[in-house]
Amino acid sequence: MKFIYQSWWKILGVILVFYTMIAGFLLPVPKLPLLHETIRNVYFHVPMWMGMLVVFGISVVYSIKYLATSREEYDLVAVESVNTGIFFYALGLVSGMLWAKFTWGEYWSSDPKQNSAAIAFLLYCAYLVLRNAIDEDQKRARISAIYNIFAFPIMIVLLFILPRMTDSLHPGNGGNPAFGRYDMDNNMRAVLYPAFIGWILISVWIATLRYRIRLIENKQNSI
Amino acid sequence: MTKKLIFIAILLAANFVASAQGVEMADQLRGSGNIYVVVATIAIVFVGIAIYLFAIDKRLSKLEKNKD
Repeated sequence: MKFIYQSWWKILGVILVFYTMIAGFLLPVPKLPLLHETIRNVYFHVPMWMGMLVVFGISVVYSIKYLATSREEYDLVAVESVNTGIFFYALGLVSGMLWAKFTWGEYWSSDPKQNSAAIAFLLYCAYLVLRNAIDEDQKRARISAIYNIFAFPIMIVLLFILPRMTDSLHPGNGGNPAFGRYDMDNNMRAVLYPAFIGWILISVWIATLRYRIRLIENKQNSI
Repeated sequence: MTKKLIFIAILLAANFVASAQGVEMADQLRGSGNIYVVVATIAIVFVGIAIYLFAIDKRLSKLEKNKD
């Protein structure tokens, strides 16, 4: 894991996000009813979820690695990735609520996408509660790693599969086409994809910072 | 049959009217140049956050060096 101490990918992430913050406002977007200029939210709301997905994915990988090797550091990677993921989750949820207020009419309209997003949020909060409930280090690491491995696919089903099987206001669900198919043009893609990569790199960066702090704390506690 | 035709005609007309009205965008804000103020503000905020993150990273690296 040498790369977490290198800075080239951190600089790349910053440059990409910086670019999207300028191009995202200045490049033309399709003129659509209801959405108007808020379609630019796609550049900032969706990447939060991409960042969340990647750090949660990393935490699953390290939970599996922990179960295979019982190395304590892997457990620390898993927790701090989940912590970072929950932060980006909250950002995605709140930015989505604000957007919904102006396009769907309410902050929370009990839409299937919103409801299952809330359930999946609780799923990951339960991971942190579970960790705090177990005192013994190895037992805590083992049980929470297993929980984490199961939580990830359930989160994917709740966020990306179940809402698609019913009618939802959110694009990409039910009878509602995704942005990609009809509403997005190549101008938007030129901003959206760099935004994905940039925000993913930044979320991974924050997760590595948390992990490094945790490592130092862990060392101090064990002395 | 005529009812259906009339219905289709109304639908098409409604569609035409809807598209003719156009969609309201922030063209005025863009036209007056004020959008650049918003972009500059966001750019400043993000550069600040990025510098802050790099500073945390540097401090951590120092701590890690002292440890070993």
